[in-house]
Amino acid sequence: MTVRIFIPSDAAAVALGADEVAAAMAREAVARGVNLTIIRTGSYGLTWLEPLVDVETAIGRVAYGPVNPTDVAGLFDAKFFEGGAHPLSVGRIDDHPFMKSQIRHTFSRCGRIDPLSLADYRGAGGLRGLAQAVKLGPDATLAAVTESGLRGRGGAGFPTGIKWKTVKDAKADLKYIVCNADEGDSGTFSDRMIMEGDPFAVIEGMVIAGLATGATRGYIYIRSEYPGAVACMTRAIQIARTDGLLGVAFDMDVRVGAGAYICGEETSLLESLEGRRGQVRAKPPLPAHAGLFGKPTAVNNVITLASVPAILAEGADKYKSLGTGRSLGTIPIQLAGNVKYAGLYEAPFGMTLGQLVMDIGGGTESGRPVRAVQVGGPLGAYFPVSLFDTPFDYEAFAGLGGLIGHAGVVVFDDTVDLARQARFAMEFCAIESCGKCTPCRIGSVRGQEVIDRILKGVEVDKHIALLEDLCSTLKLGSLCALGGFVPFPVLSALTHFPEDFRARPRSLADVA
Amino acid sequence: MPSWDEKRAGEIIDAHKAMEGATLPILHAVQDAFGFITDRAIEMIADALNLSRAEVHGVVSFYHDFRRAPAGPHVIRLCRAEACQAMGADKLAQQMRETLGVDWHGTTTDGRVTLEPVFCLGLCSCAPAAMLDGKVMGRVDHAKLTAATLTGSTRVKA
Repeated sequence: MTVRIFIPSDAAAVALGADEVAAAMAREAVARGVNLTIIRTGSYGLTWLEPLVDVETAIGRVAYGPVNPTDVAGLFDAKFFEGGAHPLSVGRIDDHPFMKSQIRHTFSRCGRIDPLSLADYRGAGGLRGLAQAVKLGPDATLAAVTESGLRGRGGAGFPTGIKWKTVKDAKADLKYIVCNADEGDSGTFSDRMIMEGDPFAVIEGMVIAGLATGATRGYIYIRSEYPGAVACMTRAIQIARTDGLLGVAFDMDVRVGAGAYICGEETSLLESLEGRRGQVRAKPPLPAHAGLFGKPTAVNNVITLASVPAILAEGADKYKSLGTGRSLGTIPIQLAGNVKYAGLYEAPFGMTLGQLVMDIGGGTESGRPVRAVQVGGPLGAYFPVSLFDTPFDYEAFAGLGGLIGHAGVVVFDDTVDLARQARFAMEFCAIESCGKCTPCRIGSVRGQEVIDRILKGVEVDKHIALLEDLCSTLKLGSLCALGGFVPFPVLSALTHFPEDFRARPRSLADVA
Repeated sequence: MPSWDEKRAGEIIDAHKAMEGATLPILHAVQDAFGFITDRAIEMIADALNLSRAEVHGVVSFYHDFRRAPAGPHVIRLCRAEACQAMGADKLAQQMRETLGVDWHGTTTDGRVTLEPVFCLGLCSCAPAAMLDGKVMGRVDHAKLTAATLTGSTRVKA
């Protein structure tokens, strides 16, 4: 009898040696005459256990991890392929506390199925959402998405149903769905994981979006830093086309970015797709009215689109019963940086930051005290431990001068210097600014210079006042969120960690 | 990496020019084939897409990925972003720059290794992260990265 084992081909697992483990498993199985089928999957998101080897047994999937190629012989000795006991055994994956306490709406299949098997996808509930959308028709599909309370998971949190309705109501001979997979925020990787682990969910979401809005063409714009996701989505689209899921009412292609962070901004992304420099467009017109090539375009994040099929399959009521306030449903939170249990954790909105970092994340990897947590990428605020009671929802974070963004949570221990982090925010903005508007293009460079003077201890009070003034200009005068939000990390560092800006005179060598 | 071949470049451009917004796909394909974007490639792309050379040059220079000069046969892309910083990426970057004797975007004096910064590889749960010749690496440190670069039969300053 063939035993089926599952090893992720997810980039994080591969970065930790999953390919070498899979090769060693295959060799060892042949050498020992064990009949094994190795299936490459996405990752469950328990990155500290990667490479994780999952075995199909009579009692369900039993996992072992983190597995090194040198552990393979020992695992065969322990008959891991029958679920045998071994020091690396983590037991049934579904019983693992990190998995068990999640509500995996969007990531229900990720890690479980062969990402490129449409049969597996169907067998695990895939395409039920599309079937329901076809049955309901465009109006009722749109109504269900609106009713679910789903908001854009890319960071802006705009209600998806309203965006789609604007596109639907626009009159045009051609409309587009554009999936924004330019996931550039540090600390975020959920788009990558779903593209590598369940690409058909993204495709199904796009087909449903097309049906609801009347769009017939789509693009998924994937950043070039994600070659694995590009390969997986490209292959999945070919398979979907052969199957007839794509190429009939709706068709789509992959486009690859070229290393510009700003192209995650929707209008810059559209410029890039049209073949130009990724410079931000002034709004209005909204992309929903005049987007790609001037046509009405719904630009949605990967997770937003991947969440849609299950909303339709299981009903808007079920989705909106989860979450809190105006943040409904689930959010795949990414625990990153200096955190013990780093990975992807999908839960309803409303858990506190402290629960996520301390209870789920287990505190720092270094074992030192947590000092700061940056939420929402390079444009997100730094939170001190004293704000750990903040619930994870759009409004709560906005109320504190921050944002949840794409739900990346980056943990820092007490060795972090927040003045340097603030300087980095300005440096990053200067490197990645598209150059279209002055506050961002010039202000970021000036911001870097002002923080350098503060770091050198030159007229600190005066320069802090100048920095605050500059942040206000950036916030109010920038065309898009890059310049507009870079004050969040800078001001939050100043507000919550003032001692880092004033405490000690620094040598020139300290200022890189 | 094959050297510049105008006929081949023409074929690549022809194969992509009918796409909607063909500029980036063409530039990627040309760079994949020859390692960088030559002046002649910019002229040819401009002709094929009915753009000015300035417009194509503007696109090439806007995006960090496109090169106007060849990189070394080995390229290390080291993540500089926050999640990796939280796990010591700044120190690692400093060590790698010293070991290789280059700054960001520089190529070693023997021409074999190019060091590039990257802002996030999506490997933030196994930081610090790097990419060596397209292969992703998690939880890297100076020893691991130097060893991996050496196995690429690359001479690195000890």
